[in-house]
Amino acid sequence: MSIKGQAYIVGAFEHPTRMAPEKSSPQLHAEVARGALADAGLSKDDIDGYFCAGDAAGLGPLSMIDYMNLKVRHADSTEFGGSSYLAHVSHAAQAIAAGKCNVALVTLAGRARSEGRSGTKPRVVGSPGPEAVWDSPFRPATINMYAMCARRHMHEFGTTSEQLAWIKVAASQHAQYNPNAMLPKVVTVDEVINSPFVSDPLHRLDCCVVSDGGGAVIVTRPEIARSLKRPLVKVLGAGEAIKGTGGGDIDLTYCGAKVSGPIAFAEAGVKPADIKYAGIYDSFTITVLMQLEDMGFCAKGEGGKFVADGNLISGVGKLPFNTDGGSLCSSHPSNRGGMTKIVEAVRQLRGEAHPAVQVKNCNLAAVNGIGGMLAARHGSATLILERE
Amino acid sequence: MTTSTIPGPDVNDPIAKEFYAAAATGKFLVRKCTACTRAHWYPRAVCPFCFSDKTEWAEGSGKARIYSHSTMASKADPFTIAYVTLAEGPTMLTHIVDAGEVHIGMDVALTFRQADNGVAIPMFAPVK
Repeated sequence: MSIKGQAYIVGAFEHPTRMAPEKSSPQLHAEVARGALADAGLSKDDIDGYFCAGDAAGLGPLSMIDYMNLKVRHADSTEFGGSSYLAHVSHAAQAIAAGKCNVALVTLAGRARSEGRSGTKPRVVGSPGPEAVWDSPFRPATINMYAMCARRHMHEFGTTSEQLAWIKVAASQHAQYNPNAMLPKVVTVDEVINSPFVSDPLHRLDCCVVSDGGGAVIVTRPEIARSLKRPLVKVLGAGEAIKGTGGGDIDLTYCGAKVSGPIAFAEAGVKPADIKYAGIYDSFTITVLMQLEDMGFCAKGEGGKFVADGNLISGVGKLPFNTDGGSLCSSHPSNRGGMTKIVEAVRQLRGEAHPAVQVKNCNLAAVNGIGGMLAARHGSATLILERE
Repeated sequence: MTTSTIPGPDVNDPIAKEFYAAAATGKFLVRKCTACTRAHWYPRAVCPFCFSDKTEWAEGSGKARIYSHSTMASKADPFTIAYVTLAEGPTMLTHIVDAGEVHIGMDVALTFRQADNGVAIPMFAPVK
């Protein structure tokens, strides 16, 4: 069974906050749910499916469904780190196609900024995995693990810090039009490569922001989507993959998108060259580069050349990406950037992005998320979305 | 170079207990499968390649080569994390210590460092 055309995203909302010490994370979940419902023109009682990941406190769906007092007949707490929400949209489409629910709510929220959780510190989510006893003495903070991917990419393919910097430059060009962006100032390649190293070869400006906030989307079946007064954004294809450390057979030159991307494109029946807008998970500049190669937007090893000279800037380059400023400049709620990639892709497909960054005739978007550690175990989830 | 404090691992896993007990006596163990003959990392009871439960310890050579590395730019604590490929085959996460310049492809050799809970942790230093 394919999910192609079986479900539509009818509600999409990102919380405007970037710093919310006065609010609890569950409150932020409820607020983004309210925002997505209002966007869709639906009410709480219409929801009969709920999806959340590790950012949801307590027992995930049990705690959150109770907190919001939802009445659902289907729930899923698939945890692929920051890429979870893309998988949730796919799983919601599957559940809708199978008749398990009609209106699915997906939420993400958290307060990484006010709680002081950043990528320079080792992070523990849930109970320690079997790898913890082997890895933890070496302090695999988020950034140093991504930095090792960048180092290896540079070694294998001659990728440069200047090329990686173009990714931040493109994000900053977009962020200047987002009033909620944490870093709305346009930066140059020189500013990125002259910012201090955090963990070499990654500089401070190769990194995403640490923010509070959240987002939500609502997925529903075609008949309900058509009854609402919103532009139709169809789920055309989806793929997911988990890449691990292979029993020690480690190759840092590619990521899980090498598997999830082709699955999604095949289901959608489209090619990377058809894509008008890309939502690409941007925890670090290197994360974007590897996904672009592995999804097939350019050949392996050519990512550096592909992103250079503004190729990701809307109105300038061939593949506009993350036109809200992405996680590199706008927000990274709960240190998880997957949800906001979906939300901005929906805005683009509806023609509701900021006019300065809106892609003309934007009828087809690809969105990819990477969750976990790029250099170790991570999830990759791809969505292909179409404006009908 | 400043000496880092190494967070001691919580050693409850039975395989990890055997590994770190040997490490305390200066031995670096590598887990090998007698069915498919391959060594793997991190050590497991069931082979991650052929899924046989016929795995056993072998003493590792301690020889390795740097696959990738990154140094945290902290003046107080500038540790270098790395993946090194062991002579036995698998690539493992570790630190590079007692090093000046570090590069991919550099030959390194095993050296143990004591974690803050006394557990001996396998790290690697450039071959002189």
